[in-house]
Amino acid sequence: MTISTALSPGRMPDAPVAYRDDVVRWFMIAAVFWAVVGMLVGVVIAAQLTYPALNLGLPWTSFGRLRPVHTSGVIFAFGGSMLIGTSFYIVQRTCRARLFGGFAAEFVFWGYQAFIVMAALSYVLGGSQSKEYAEPEWYIDLWLAVVWVTYLVVFAGTIMKRKEPHIYVSLWYFLAFIITIAVLHIVNNLAIPVSFFGSKSYSLFSGVQDAMTQWWYGHNAVGFFLTAGFLGMMYYFVPKQAERPIWSYRLSIISFWSLIFVYIWAGPHHLHYTALPDWVQMLGMTFSVILWMPSWASMVNGIMTVSGRWDRLRTDPILRFMVVAVAFYGMSTFEGPLMSIRAVNGLSHYTDWTVGHVHSGALGWNAFISFGALYYLFPRLWGRKAMYSEPAIRLHFWLGTIGIVLYITAMWASGIMQGLMWRAYDSLGFLQYSFVETVAAMHPYYAIRAVGGLCFLSGTVIMAWNLWKTATAGEPVEAQPATPALQPAE
Amino acid sequence: MAENRKYEIDPVTGSPIHPYSWDGIGELETPPPRWWVLTYAVCFLFAVGWWVAYPAWPYIAGYTKGVLGFSTRADVAEQIAAAKAAQAPMNDKLAALDYAAIAADPELMHFATAGGKALFGENCAQCHGSGAAGNVGYPNLLDDDWVWGGDYATLQTTIEHGVRSTVDADSRQSQMPAFGKDGILTREQVDDVGAYVLTLSGTAPADAAAADRGKAVFADNCVACHGDTGAGLRELGGPNLTDGIWLYSGDPKAVAAQIWNPRHGVMPAWAGRLDPLAIKKLVLYVHDLGGGE
Repeated sequence: MTISTALSPGRMPDAPVAYRDDVVRWFMIAAVFWAVVGMLVGVVIAAQLTYPALNLGLPWTSFGRLRPVHTSGVIFAFGGSMLIGTSFYIVQRTCRARLFGGFAAEFVFWGYQAFIVMAALSYVLGGSQSKEYAEPEWYIDLWLAVVWVTYLVVFAGTIMKRKEPHIYVSLWYFLAFIITIAVLHIVNNLAIPVSFFGSKSYSLFSGVQDAMTQWWYGHNAVGFFLTAGFLGMMYYFVPKQAERPIWSYRLSIISFWSLIFVYIWAGPHHLHYTALPDWVQMLGMTFSVILWMPSWASMVNGIMTVSGRWDRLRTDPILRFMVVAVAFYGMSTFEGPLMSIRAVNGLSHYTDWTVGHVHSGALGWNAFISFGALYYLFPRLWGRKAMYSEPAIRLHFWLGTIGIVLYITAMWASGIMQGLMWRAYDSLGFLQYSFVETVAAMHPYYAIRAVGGLCFLSGTVIMAWNLWKTATAGEPVEAQPATPALQPAE
Repeated sequence: MAENRKYEIDPVTGSPIHPYSWDGIGELETPPPRWWVLTYAVCFLFAVGWWVAYPAWPYIAGYTKGVLGFSTRADVAEQIAAAKAAQAPMNDKLAALDYAAIAADPELMHFATAGGKALFGENCAQCHGSGAAGNVGYPNLLDDDWVWGGDYATLQTTIEHGVRSTVDADSRQSQMPAFGKDGILTREQVDDVGAYVLTLSGTAPADAAAADRGKAVFADNCVACHGDTGAGLRELGGPNLTDGIWLYSGDPKAVAAQIWNPRHGVMPAWAGRLDPLAIKKLVLYVHDLGGGE
C-alpha cells in the first residue's frame, strides 16, 4: 500500500530515533503475569460462590477479601500494565520521539507495580475503604497519585517533543484516559485518616454525596480506563494488524469529543431508585442513552478499518482477536445504555445481569484487544519473526470465546431470573420467593460461570506459554533464510 | 468533494486518503454513516423529550420538575397504598378474629398462611431454614416437639418475646447448668448420664452398665427440669428427652458435650420489629406447618 509508506506533508526528514522499548517489555511481562494471577483469583471466587466451603473458613481466603484482589488484579494490574506499556510503545512511534524523562519511565513501572502489590496485600489482610474499584486506603492512594502524575509527565512530555505535526488519534484517547483518571482518583479518594500512623481513613463525603462521588468515579473508571484507554490501543493495533488506514478520520474526531463530553455525566445510572434525587437519576440516564452512538462510532471505525481484509479473519488469529474484541465492545456499549434506562435497571440492578454485562466488556473487549496487542507486540519487542506457535493462538481464541459465551449467557439467565424472582408476588399480594430461594436457584448458573471462567483462564495460560516461548525460543528476525534449493534445469 | 480532489482515493472504500500518516498508519476521509448520525439524533431527541417530561436539570435554587410532575417517592407511596388497599379486606378480618375463628375459615386461613410464608422467608428462614426444618442448634418447626409449647397463644408469646433475648424482659429464659465445666459432675458421671439419656428414647446403649449408673445421676440432677421420665417440663423450658428429636444432635458425644458445657440458642424478640398482624400470620403459618397443638 502506498498510503502506509507515504510521508506526511510537513513531516521532518527521517532521523533514526532510538525508542525506549525496555520499559514497554517490562510492562508487557507484568501484564501477562497479572492476567494469569487476576483471572485465577476470578475463577477461585467464582468457585466460592458455587461452593461456599471453598472460602476455607479463613479470613484471608474469604470471598469478601479476594473479590477486590480479582477486580484490581484484572483491571488495574493487567489492564493498567497493558495501557501504560502500549501507550509508551505507541506514543514513541506515532510521535517519532524517544520517551521523555529518562528515569521517570522506570519509576512509573516500579511505582505502579508497587501500588498493585500494596493494594493486593492490603485487601488480603483486611484493609479497604469500602469503595468499589477504589478499595485501597489513603497511603496507597497517595502513592498512586505520585506515580500517575509522573506517568502523565512522561507521556505528555513525549508528545511535546514529537516530530509529527499532528497528534495521532490513539494519543488523544490515552491523554484523556491519563488526565481523567488522575482527576477521578484524587477526588474520589479524598479522605481523612483516623490517626497519623494508622491505615484507616474515612471518606471526606458522606451519605448520598459520597455515593454519587463514588459512582461518578466508578462509571468513569469504566469510561476512561476501560473504554478511552483501550480505544487508544485499538486505534493503533487494528490498523497495524489489518495493514489498512483508519476508516474515518471525521468519525474518530466526532466520537472522541462526544465520548469525552457525554461519559462523565452517566454515573448516576448506578444509583437508580436510591436516595439520589430524581433529577440526578434522570439526567444520568438520558446522558447514558446519548452515549450509545459516540461509543458505537469507535466500533464502526474499528470494524470498517478491516475493510478489504475480511479474508484475513480466516488466516490471521491475531486480527480475529481484535475484531471480536471490537464486536464485544459494540455489544456491551449497547447493553450499557439499555441497562441505564430506569425501567430496565429496576429489573437488572443488584442482579448477576450487571456482572454479565461487565464481563462481556472486560473479557470480550478489554482482554481480547489486549491479547491481540500482546501477540502483535511480543515478536516485535523481542526481535522475533512471528509468534512461536500459531495453533496455540487459535486454541486460545476458541477457549477464550467459549469461556465468554458460557460466562455471559449464564449471568444473563441467572440475573434475569433473580430479578424476576425478587419482584414476584403471588395472587394474594405476598412476595412469592424468599431471598435464599433465589440464591439456591442461581447455583447451576454459578457452576456454568465458573466453567466459563476456567476456559478463559486456560486460554490465558496457553498465551503466557506461547509468549514466553516466543521471547526465549522464537526465530530471530536476523536469521538468514535457508539457501534456496537449486532449481532443476529445464 | 472538490477540496478532496488533491487526495488519493482508496480503492477499497472509495474514500479520499487523508494526507497525514503516523508510523505507517493512514486515515481515510469517510463521512460518518447516515444511520449513525440519525440514531445519534434520535437518542438526543429522546433525551430532550425526557428532560421536558421529568425532573432533570438543576438550577441555583432547585431543579426543573418536568411537565408530568413525576416523583419516585410519590410513585412508590402510591404503589404501596394500592397494595395495602388490595389486602385490606382480608387483613381487617384477620385482625378482628381470634385464632380459632380464623382456622375455621379456609379462605382466610389460605391468605394468612401465604402471608406467613412470605414473612417466614424474609425473617425466620435464616435460622429455621426456608422449609422450616431447622438445623443443628436451630429448632425444626415441622415436628410436634415443642420446648415452650405449640398452641397458638404460646407460639405468639415465643415469637413476640423471643428466647433468651437480652432486650426483652419477657423473653423466655432457661439455662441448663454446665454440669461438667462447673464441676457439678465428674467426666464419668457426665458420660454415664449421657448414655442413660439416650436410652430414654429407646436407643440401645453401647455400654449398658454406664446407662444403669447414669439413671441415678439423672434422678439426682436432671428431673427438676426434664421431669421424672425425661418427658420435659414446658413451664421451665426443659426439653423432652424421650422423643428422639435432638436440637444439638443425638450423637452420644454431642449429648455428653451438651451436658458438660451446654450451648444456649437465642431467638430475637419480634414484637416491635413486626406488626401484630404480621406476627399473627406467622403464628398461623408455623402452627399450620404440621406440629401445631
